[in-house]
Amino acid sequence: MSETAILKIWRGQNRDAGHWETHTVPFERGQSVLDGLRWIRVNKDPSLAIRFSCINANACKECMMELDGETVYACTARLEPREMQIAPLHNKILVRDLVTEIAPPAERFAAKEKQ
Amino acid sequence: MTAGKAIAEPIAAETDVLVIGSGAAGMYAAIEAARAGCQVFLIDRSLIGRGGATVMAQMTVAVALGEEVPDHWSHHYQDTLTAGRGLCNEPLSRLLCEEGPECIRQMDQWGIGWARKDGHIAQAFAPGHDRPRCVYVDFLNTGPAVSKTLRTVTHKIKSLRRAGDLCVVDLLKVGGEVVGAVAWHAETGAPVVISAKCTIVATGGLTRLYRRNSASANMGGDGYALCLRAGAPLIDMEFVQFFPIGHLAPRLIGMDPIMWDPFRYKLGGRLLNKDMQEFTDRYGVPEEGRYVITRDLGTYAILKEVEAGRGSPHGGAYLSFQHVPEATLREAFGPVIDRLAANGIDLTKMPVEVAPIAHYHMGGVAADVKMQTEVPGLLVAGEAVGGANGANRLSGNAITEALVFGRQAGRTAAARAQATKSTPAQGNAAQAALDLIRDEPPKDVPNPAEMLVRLQAAMSDDVGPLRTRAKLDRALGVIGELSAMLGDRPFGNGGAFDLQRLDWFDLRNMLTVARMVAEAARLRTESRGAHQREDFPEMLPQWQVNHTIRVSGGGFDIMKAPAAPAEAAQ
Repeated sequence: MSETAILKIWRGQNRDAGHWETHTVPFERGQSVLDGLRWIRVNKDPSLAIRFSCINANACKECMMELDGETVYACTARLEPREMQIAPLHNKILVRDLVTEIAPPAERFAAKEKQ
Repeated sequence: MTAGKAIAEPIAAETDVLVIGSGAAGMYAAIEAARAGCQVFLIDRSLIGRGGATVMAQMTVAVALGEEVPDHWSHHYQDTLTAGRGLCNEPLSRLLCEEGPECIRQMDQWGIGWARKDGHIAQAFAPGHDRPRCVYVDFLNTGPAVSKTLRTVTHKIKSLRRAGDLCVVDLLKVGGEVVGAVAWHAETGAPVVISAKCTIVATGGLTRLYRRNSASANMGGDGYALCLRAGAPLIDMEFVQFFPIGHLAPRLIGMDPIMWDPFRYKLGGRLLNKDMQEFTDRYGVPEEGRYVITRDLGTYAILKEVEAGRGSPHGGAYLSFQHVPEATLREAFGPVIDRLAANGIDLTKMPVEVAPIAHYHMGGVAADVKMQTEVPGLLVAGEAVGGANGANRLSGNAITEALVFGRQAGRTAAARAQATKSTPAQGNAAQAALDLIRDEPPKDVPNPAEMLVRLQAAMSDDVGPLRTRAKLDRALGVIGELSAMLGDRPFGNGGAFDLQRLDWFDLRNMLTVARMVAEAARLRTESRGAHQREDFPEMLPQWQVNHTIRVSGGGFDIMKAPAAPAEAAQ
């Protein structure tokens, strides 16, 4: 049987009411964690929320999240054939699933326009 | 509308100049309009200054500075027209070449840090240019440096507001003029109506239509679709540039797929087939270790070599720097050599595999030299503009185009905004887009992320660099099927960061734009530049025409008009 990576992913819109979801994804050497997350959206669950633009160049710096408790860019973290725990940044405002508010305040919409 | 879900009132925003897209073109436009005294609102569907194509640029920015060797913009202009294979909108090409130096020096004053040697700005030779002309920021850092420099300038201007995560659904049109846009805020799902005296679309190209591409996930041609639906014509949509030596194998993490371009600029490198033989001479361009082949010919040569059974194991060509001493590699690329080592690649011992990858769109929205479209109030800038690069873009012209066209659009927008007292009453102009944003999803929807992959496969396999009538017909069949699956009601429930909804709106635009590319390619029964028809392999003089697409009734019309030459450059 070919190798797989087991991604244990935090899901939810509220820190106190989230849950962990586990997906098994095919493993191929040279893939990133972001590749694994994108595979899940295409093949299993398109509702998984992730933020990224540049896919694999590490240029946009949008795909920050926590892998086994460490802050990483999902595009440069290597996918490995083991269980990997993936969560949103704990020190940023949660938006949904793995997406947090990472833009500087002056580049956000809601803060200014909503009053 | 189901019980319990209140109709969300749209959030209203107002500005003099709305700029959609925060790559180099959008940011430069916003800065220029704000410096002219306007209130400016710069928005992006991603984060400000992070997504798009600019940040992905690796090295070359073509400009006749004359720092390396004597140069004049007219030489750059001639090279641009030659590369464009007779289809350039010459006034636009001229603007790009003539005003490039000012914008590049302005960027230098803003502190971008162009690479220097012996006290002057270094300029590298790139294929298709008659002399060394391309400025850059080491190492492989041109795009991030351009983005960061412009973003820092935007921070310092009080009248320039910025907001990311705003996804434009449609332009707002009243009395034949564009007066802003209707969007939704990805973080909350809230509908947003932005009124503006002038709107600039700077959303970049359409590379995301293809499976392997060199730009960001937000480059799905949305600006082309927005402008087309608002009544602005598109031109030359069949001309998609493939970058010949996109990284193919082994898989790399954290590297831009077009990273081999700077390696070839600085070190030459050898492009080899499976027998480790140089092969571009078979297609009329002997390289002998130098980097001289233009993008259209390089793409053609590699794909033809693969077709003849002489490709590398993953279906491309080898690129080898094994003849280059390690010290030379390290001097040219410093930390990049370590990043390659972390990926298990030692260029002194092994070649890599490369293959053509979707890179840039020569087609786009028709505009004049002031960046005005046919629709009053609607301007375009950067890659969203069609025509400056004809049938094939010269290396290094994209960032120059973004800066020059951005600056120009900012100036034109400021003049229009200052001559406009107030925006006209919107009435119910926003209603259709707001209804779409607020619509309940249909039941049992397909997976839009999977639909997107299907579209990319059809475009890559059948609307790639080598085309035939049968392939184009097949792709149009898939586009039709996917359009039917997409329907007219967005998927997802419209809550916080609803990617199914984002995919739906993306597919709505991508399917429109994909159809335009394939239809225009089907009509053009010749081969020219980036458009190669295997069933019509010759470049024909009667096809020195531009295709113009405009909406008409429920459909669209494609018209031909002779490519209009400008007066000759001095």
